[in-house]
Amino acid sequence: MSVADTATAGAAPGTVLDLRPAPGAAPRARMLAAQTRLELTLTLRRGESVLLTLIIPIGLLVFFSAVDVLPTSTTTQSSVDFLVPGVLALAVMSTAFTGQAIATGFERSYGVLKRLGASPLPRSILLAGKTLAVLAVEVVQLVLLVAVGFALGWDPAGSVASAGWAILLVLLGTAAFSGLGLLMAGTLRAEATLAAANGVYLLLLLVGGVVFPLDELPGWMRVVAEALPTAALSDGLRAVLADGSGPGAGNLLVLALWSVGALGLAARLFRWE
Amino acid sequence: MAEVLAVEVTDLVKIYRRSAGGNTARPRYLRAGTPEASGGPATIPRSSRAHGRRQAHPPTETKQGDAPPPGRADRGTQTRGTQTIEGQVLPGGERAAQIRAVDGLSLSVSVGSVTAVLGPNGAGKTTTIEICEGFRAADSGEVRVLGLDPIRDGAALRPRVGVMLQAGGMYPGARAGEMLRLIAAHHANPLDAGVLMERLGLAEVAGVPFRRLSGGQQQRLSLAMAVVGRPELVFLDEPTAGLDVQGRRDTWELIEELRLSGVTVVLTTHAMDEAERLSDQVVIVNRGRVVAAGSPAELTRGGAEGQLRFRAPVGLDVERLLLALPDGTTGREGPSGHYLVQGTVDPQLLAAVTAWCASNGVLAEDLRVEQRTLEDVFVELTGSELAS
Repeated sequence: MSVADTATAGAAPGTVLDLRPAPGAAPRARMLAAQTRLELTLTLRRGESVLLTLIIPIGLLVFFSAVDVLPTSTTTQSSVDFLVPGVLALAVMSTAFTGQAIATGFERSYGVLKRLGASPLPRSILLAGKTLAVLAVEVVQLVLLVAVGFALGWDPAGSVASAGWAILLVLLGTAAFSGLGLLMAGTLRAEATLAAANGVYLLLLLVGGVVFPLDELPGWMRVVAEALPTAALSDGLRAVLADGSGPGAGNLLVLALWSVGALGLAARLFRWE
Repeated sequence: MAEVLAVEVTDLVKIYRRSAGGNTARPRYLRAGTPEASGGPATIPRSSRAHGRRQAHPPTETKQGDAPPPGRADRGTQTRGTQTIEGQVLPGGERAAQIRAVDGLSLSVSVGSVTAVLGPNGAGKTTTIEICEGFRAADSGEVRVLGLDPIRDGAALRPRVGVMLQAGGMYPGARAGEMLRLIAAHHANPLDAGVLMERLGLAEVAGVPFRRLSGGQQQRLSLAMAVVGRPELVFLDEPTAGLDVQGRRDTWELIEELRLSGVTVVLTTHAMDEAERLSDQVVIVNRGRVVAAGSPAELTRGGAEGQLRFRAPVGLDVERLLLALPDGTTGREGPSGHYLVQGTVDPQLLAAVTAWCASNGVLAEDLRVEQRTLEDVFVELTGSELAS
């Protein structure tokens, strides 16, 4: 662009900027739509987040359904019937916890949250936008995982009520994992969040009843594992989808406690800068 | 005087206190939100410097007298420019420093004006601006922005005030156009994002992710984000730092146009020419205090102070020359053969100097009268050159 271009830009037709003050906040719905759209776009654009939220869960499902390396083959269930609920729990965790913690941690360190705090966007809408984006990604995950599951011969038990329970479990799990992710992102440095979120992801993958049952764990570890949100979510989903029973009051309670605790702490401790 | 004030700051004090080994380290890329860049002249007590060296962030240490790029600050280091630092040992042996980033600062900005806050690194400019923006709470003092409290009335103020951070503030993966449109979507009557980008020379990079923009492009995008919501008042923290000539010109033109449109502008800067050209009011800040405020003309006129320079043979008796001049006039030779006379420069002084030269058979060559520049005023008041 030449000097002359910019010097005359103000006068050129079609490029006149009316800078006179006309302040005002946009309607909340417009802000929410804009936030959600951008959060979702950015999540789907990040290669590592697609890997984490889609490729790894689908890969685990396909791999462990095809290969008899896990003790699930000794149970009466077929592998895929055991695996689908666990991998669904993993998918929820990867999106609501790991992905969200890492993204939010870096947004905080890049000053995004600070800058957005200076715009008319209320924090509640910022968080609502994040939540809607997480839920949208989860819908994509669930659709794909269920489709792959059926392709692998998944035969879910239960009824319409089971679907309702499953949705309730997923929502509670999302709340608990979002709380944990935001707590981490809002208190640790971005690099620490990155490391810790991945570490916790791996840990919960191993002891969360995702790819092998909790019964296989040593007693003390099992007690600890059963109090973790991943195990509660995978166990609840398995009870509903594999056994056709209720989700189990214990599982609902564990998830509810994690939700209240983590979201409450995040609300108190989250630092926006 | 019933002038309407856009910003009124009275006796502002802000003290930062950090422990040396604490969790205050910040990623290097985060320039936003750092109180002020570190470095600059070595006016820090030796003991505090020693504290700084003992910290766990050797890469961010600033060499004495070495001015870092603006904003490459690190919260963990206490090696800061001209701030007052008091080293302390907390119970338990933990070291901490108290930094009086802002120390009794007062300023006022009238509606529709452009105010430049000028000062060396670490003077407290960014801290003051960020308190006005509601990002930080003051330890004491009164702040009114458009008549409101920046924190308590934040929700009412945010639509009316545009903010440009020193750096950062954008989703690292978002494209420039997406980011600007997002901010536009938060406002009721935003400017057209495309036209604004065109105007600031960003049209070609609208599809480029933030982290791949050059520093100057990031700056201009940040400026666009500050004005896109058509605010009444904008705070611009070093709007032209790191910009090339064209970028500076675009930015200056936009600021001038904002002023013509009735928008109040408060900006911080290191650049004298910027302050001189753009602002109705210059506020010079040093060590957290205002050391001078006024229009550029008022500041440089400074009671008609000025100076006279000429060349003449080496070794003139300056003492005798001064005897022939009005009281209060000072003078010196230096470098040899170059003479400087400072005082109230008026026709009488000029005549007295040339008369003395004539009566001593001296031909004064290159005789010229110099106005003080803003830079002279600044160096006089702060004792430091501007790092830029």
